[in-house]
Amino acid sequence: MTDLLGALFILASLGFFAAGSIGLLRLPGVHARLHALTKADNVGLGLLVVGAGLIGGDLLLALKLLLVWLLVMVASAIAANLIASHAMKDGEES
Amino acid sequence: MEITLWHLLDALLAILLLGLAWSALSGSDLRRGVVLFMAFGLLLSLVWARLRAPDLALAEAAIGAGLSGALLLLALRDSEKPGNRTVQTPPLLQLATLLLMLLLAASFALAYVTAVTGNNGDRLAGLAFGNLEQSGVSNPVTAVLLNFRAYDTLLELAVLLAATLGILALGAERRPFRKPGLLLGGLVTWITTLLVMVAGYLLWAGAHAPGGAFQAGALLAAAIVMLRLGGMTSEGLPVSRLLRWLLAAGIAAFMLTGYLATFLDLAFLQYPEGRAGLLILLIESAAMLSIAFSLGLAYLGGSPSGWEKSSSKGSPS
Amino acid sequence: MTETLLLTATLLLFMTLVTGLIRALIGPSLQDRMLSIQLLGTGGVALLILLGLLLDIEALVDTALVLALLAAVAAAALTRRETPRD
Repeated sequence: MTDLLGALFILASLGFFAAGSIGLLRLPGVHARLHALTKADNVGLGLLVVGAGLIGGDLLLALKLLLVWLLVMVASAIAANLIASHAMKDGEES
Repeated sequence: MEITLWHLLDALLAILLLGLAWSALSGSDLRRGVVLFMAFGLLLSLVWARLRAPDLALAEAAIGAGLSGALLLLALRDSEKPGNRTVQTPPLLQLATLLLMLLLAASFALAYVTAVTGNNGDRLAGLAFGNLEQSGVSNPVTAVLLNFRAYDTLLELAVLLAATLGILALGAERRPFRKPGLLLGGLVTWITTLLVMVAGYLLWAGAHAPGGAFQAGALLAAAIVMLRLGGMTSEGLPVSRLLRWLLAAGIAAFMLTGYLATFLDLAFLQYPEGRAGLLILLIESAAMLSIAFSLGLAYLGGSPSGWEKSSSKGSPS
Repeated sequence: MTETLLLTATLLLFMTLVTGLIRALIGPSLQDRMLSIQLLGTGGVALLILLGLLLDIEALVDTALVLALLAAVAAAALTRRETPRD
């Protein structure tokens, strides 16, 4: 039962990852692509972590997965800001 | 042979790996090439994971994706002339290189296939698993690296030290980065802390799970890189006198253990009964520090500030 | 059953990453290429978790942790690439 629920979460996460990639391809400009990438992919990763925790069944594993997700969220938030300001500075110079 | 989904995944991984490698090397923009090379490192880590080699995946994620990319970017930064950002390779040379690479790849593939399918003798993995209880650790990779083939690891550390001597001979370190903004400064703080913690965890876990000295050392080196990116000069490294000892610590630990064994009437590097686990942990800790500071010095690009002063301190002049 | 589902999910996620990588190849500016590192970082973590479930290797979650940390280092290295102006 939990396996099925976990699989559903993982399928849902795939949708968000797909949205992130499509946004990366189709949206104009670096800043818009950053939005699509970091937001959608992080939500997708969160859903994946929940699904994986349900399928895995081990509490320690689930805690590790949660730590990974939190780490990715904070790191990608800062990375997105760094990339965006790098793009802005490049825009000023050219 | 039936075609399963696994074959599809493997085929896609292989195609993407080759495609990324080719696109990283071709084209004239060097910055684009470096970014694609980092992506290649990330993908290679996934490939190792697929091939059930988590130790390799750990090492590749740390070294291939992070450290090599950072080193290449620094090399790009330091090539002062703006024209060095692009290179023009004549198409004939590109074609010749491609053919040579294909020939090499075919030779390796042939060698691998004949080695795996031709022989019926003992495979190394079988030997390693068979003797695992006496090795002092329960992770077979660590057992091979630090016990069954410890001599090889000792020589690898010697090679690393030789390379570090070459780096130290290059002269003073590269010019540092300027002071970071608020966001990058905050990132540096907690990422460095996390890297050190995860490095310690991997060193401890290396005995019973994937991990070990190399992976932990690479993570510590990434912490040094991070501090460097945060604008610090030599603050990531210990004082020069201590640094010399730490660079040689891995080899020293190996040699000490080896000679200790000969004093106890054993062969060189033969661990005494029951002590193997503890000795392996000590050697791995020393090796982790050596690897970390060697790789960190590679990122610095030369001898850190204060190196010359401490060397002439003891000598009369 | 679960294995087929997880394997299909891995394949689909991988295809998603590949399509995102196209931006890395054709993207006009350097920042577009940096986005590909970001994509592979988060997507790589996801793939490693899925592979860890599929192959029953818990160490792959440790690898995902390491990958997340190193992706942050890579992002910092890429954006600090500029020559110091002093």
